[in-house]
Amino acid sequence: MNFIFAILAGLTVGAAFAAMTLRNLVHCALCLTVSLIGLALLYLQLGAEFAGFVQVLVYVGAVAILILFAVLLTRGGEAPVGRITNSLGAGLLVAAAVFGVLAWAIIGSSALKALPKETPQPALLVKAVGDKLMGEFVLPLQGIALLLTAALLGAVVIAMREKSSPAGVAVDSRSATRNP
Amino acid sequence: MTPLAAYLLVSALLFAIGFAGALTRRNSILVLVGVELMLNAANLNFLAFWRYGPNPEALTGVMFVLFAIAVAAAEAAVGLALIIAIYRHYCSSNVEDVATMKG
Repeated sequence: MNFIFAILAGLTVGAAFAAMTLRNLVHCALCLTVSLIGLALLYLQLGAEFAGFVQVLVYVGAVAILILFAVLLTRGGEAPVGRITNSLGAGLLVAAAVFGVLAWAIIGSSALKALPKETPQPALLVKAVGDKLMGEFVLPLQGIALLLTAALLGAVVIAMREKSSPAGVAVDSRSATRNP
Repeated sequence: MTPLAAYLLVSALLFAIGFAGALTRRNSILVLVGVELMLNAANLNFLAFWRYGPNPEALTGVMFVLFAIAVAAAEAAVGLALIIAIYRHYCSSNVEDVATMKG
């Protein structure tokens, strides 16, 4: 188990690092996809099969494609000129400080050491997930449905073509929503 | 090192990478990618605590991850729509070019 975990962790972190450092945006999006697949495999390794498959379905299937579409629509696939980063030193310093604090808290934590070292793999049945979703968590589920509908409508309205307004002048919302 | 601590360290590393990318990259799509990486690091934390925590049959971690994935998907859709709208307006997806309100 440890060997597999090391491979998956290396794959995930390495692909995430590549996604944040490569110059070409399409390469970045593809590396992000690899990193998300590695995360899904880590979820499977943890015994959360349903969450792993949802991760593949939503992230690898939808979000990665969405990001690729955005890259292509904004002509970001062309090779960038000039520097690709901005205030590199300060950003890296802040991120390293955050990681240092997190790692110090994880390694030095006494609450983590109090937990049992090896627990039996919990049997996660999809039926149990469905029962929970339809029983205890039915109100959050309805809230998520509402949120997704609102996000869908909002994304369509935001991305709708501005109606021949001169640059720098915002169109009012009525003219933006009139033609679908 | 316990397995839980190993998972938490991987998650912290992923969060730090996403954070560094969101802070330093100039392209707004990659800033969004960094935010997605941070959200995924949080999801990994939820599942690790569910697996090695004291009460796994309550399924709290899995439920939290499912809802977090749904919220993150909505965030990605709206964020990319905003980026495309800004690109159409300014003809640039560079975060430094969108500085109309800068004092």
